[in-house]
Amino acid sequence: MTMSSYKDMAISKALNAGLQQAMMKNEKVLMFGEDVAELGGVFRVTEGLYKEFGQSRIFNTPIAESGIVGTAIGLAMRGYRPVVEIQFDGFVFPAFNQITSQLAKLTYRSEGSMQMPVVIRIPYGGGIGAVEHHSESPEAYFAHTPGLRVVTPSNPNDAYWMMQQAIESSDPVIMLEPKRRYWQKGPVNLDTAPMPLHNARVMLEGTQVTLLAYGPMVTAALQAAEIGAEEGVSIEVIDLRSLSPIDYPTIMASVKKTSRAVIVHEAPTNVSLSSEIAARISNEAFYNLEAPVIRVGGFDTPYPPAKLEEAFLPDADRILEAIDRSLAY
Amino acid sequence: MNLENQPPMLQLLAPDGTYGVPKGYEAYGKIIEGLDQDSLKILYTDMARIRRFDIEATALQRQGQLGLWVPAIGQEGAQIGSGHAVGKNDHIFPSYREHGVALTHGVELISILKMMRGVNHGGWDPEETRFHHYAIVLATQVLHAVGYAMGVKLDGKVGTGDRDKDLAVISYFGDGATAEGDVSEGLLFAAVNESPIVFFIQNNQWAISSHIDSQTKVPLYTRGEGFGVPGMRIDGNDVLACYAATRLHMDNARSGEGPFLLEALTYRIGAHTTSDDPSKYREEAEVDEWKAKDPIKRFEIFLRRQGIGDDFFEEVKVAGDDLAKKIRAETFALEDPPLGNIFNHVYTEQHPEIDKQRAWLEAYEARMGDHE
Repeated sequence: MTMSSYKDMAISKALNAGLQQAMMKNEKVLMFGEDVAELGGVFRVTEGLYKEFGQSRIFNTPIAESGIVGTAIGLAMRGYRPVVEIQFDGFVFPAFNQITSQLAKLTYRSEGSMQMPVVIRIPYGGGIGAVEHHSESPEAYFAHTPGLRVVTPSNPNDAYWMMQQAIESSDPVIMLEPKRRYWQKGPVNLDTAPMPLHNARVMLEGTQVTLLAYGPMVTAALQAAEIGAEEGVSIEVIDLRSLSPIDYPTIMASVKKTSRAVIVHEAPTNVSLSSEIAARISNEAFYNLEAPVIRVGGFDTPYPPAKLEEAFLPDADRILEAIDRSLAY
Repeated sequence: MNLENQPPMLQLLAPDGTYGVPKGYEAYGKIIEGLDQDSLKILYTDMARIRRFDIEATALQRQGQLGLWVPAIGQEGAQIGSGHAVGKNDHIFPSYREHGVALTHGVELISILKMMRGVNHGGWDPEETRFHHYAIVLATQVLHAVGYAMGVKLDGKVGTGDRDKDLAVISYFGDGATAEGDVSEGLLFAAVNESPIVFFIQNNQWAISSHIDSQTKVPLYTRGEGFGVPGMRIDGNDVLACYAATRLHMDNARSGEGPFLLEALTYRIGAHTTSDDPSKYREEAEVDEWKAKDPIKRFEIFLRRQGIGDDFFEEVKVAGDDLAKKIRAETFALEDPPLGNIFNHVYTEQHPEIDKQRAWLEAYEARMGDHE
């Protein structure tokens, strides 16, 4: 029996500790972005790292996202493993060209002579009462782009380990951090990684319906399952963790068992992760389905002003309403 | 804006082949005067070779052997001069017209044609050649070059005084690319990090059909000043000025003096690409004016005055024709890539979806192959 030591941490602190571990283990790991040095980033995810590792390992950049990602690519060519922070989801778009036309394609263009071990950290999602461009869920753009890997932790243990696994990857990884859950606490196993980076996890076993969620919506999904259980509905909750690639074997095993699937995310549902997953379920579990796959997401609108976000964002009630519709078939 | 007459522009070799060092530029003159005759001959040989290659590549495109060709005729002085001045450890980040620079760094010319034929997207090893892949989205490579230079500095390979250890980076881009934000961000990042890099603009005055007048309101060599990157203009059709300026400023960058910007004023004699028709937007008289300033012609006059005779020039011509023949044969011998290349190297590590799609295509081809 192995003894593991556990520590309670908030997600932001777990990400911080994961970064610290990665920087300690490999001196080629660099961290840079806007305000990440002395301040520790606007969410303090890099707090203390500047003091520990100094200016040569973690530094502030000019406020230029294309420059941040473009120079990270050059540093990766030189043998570094850059981790860069994009301050908010809505600020990633100036870097979109460097991410999609360069970072994602350089290994392919170079026929494998070049690797791109770059991690792009992006706090994403809504629910914090912010101004425009601070609450978006841009995951579909990146998951759609061949050459990128996209992951998102939902709890402190995953945050700690997925950060380190993302940095160890030889491929570029978009690390989407659920910003409204940054302060959510939980136990972190400091000794053993729970599973490979791209595996989904069954968070809660159930028999009547499979509820697929990721990032900030995992908490809402678990709340829905709890309420559902009280009402006598057995919901299986799966945390996707990885959005590219998606762990379809875990999804299909569950759907074949429950015969029903509901997918939830904050992003608009049009051409979203749930569109893709629904299509795949209809391909691979068609004869097992008792109901069409139902999707719960943000509306196909720009992210609304903060006073309207409660109605925009899916929550346990919206999820349960969808589950009721699924069960009605 | 008459860019050509705006001083200062370093010119060591006038269009009529006269060599002279302007006052204040003695350091550049000294570099040239330190070159032996063989080095001068190599500059000529490579300019002539790359022009012959260019003509052959255009013909190959016209015959349907290449999907596209991007001619660089007229820019041989800027490319061969600067390319040969880049040091043995230095790294080069080109745009997509730097065939001459590629030649100076041991890139097999056929691999450029492979790209243009659609056999691959890159096809040489940038670590081995230190010549990185062509960047087709304008100016993206400028940031990669700056990042690379930041890494060189972090590695402690700047300003140690050890010539075998130190290195610098040179990033090529055109006048059109200077409009891209990535150039401005690159200049800024290089300046604040004091990176060992030379930004080398080939101002060939035409961004497809847009004249330089619509691309900038100030001379491009001043573009870095606001970011803290000093610059100078050089005659891009003067192979010696291009060699000397690149050599001196790469040496400076390598020894820790920070970034510098060179604007080589040249002219795109040919079309933007084989899909372009310059007769729609520029006067033949302008082209003729620049043909008179040809970089190869003026260097030939200079070499003849150095006592180099007909034999050499005849030899170079024959070697050029041989190269063209060889390139033609190699192009005709190019095989289509295997279907598996669709899937290779999308990721470094295993990826279940790519594996699945590869297996599907293989099975599909095997099934459908019977009906061909």
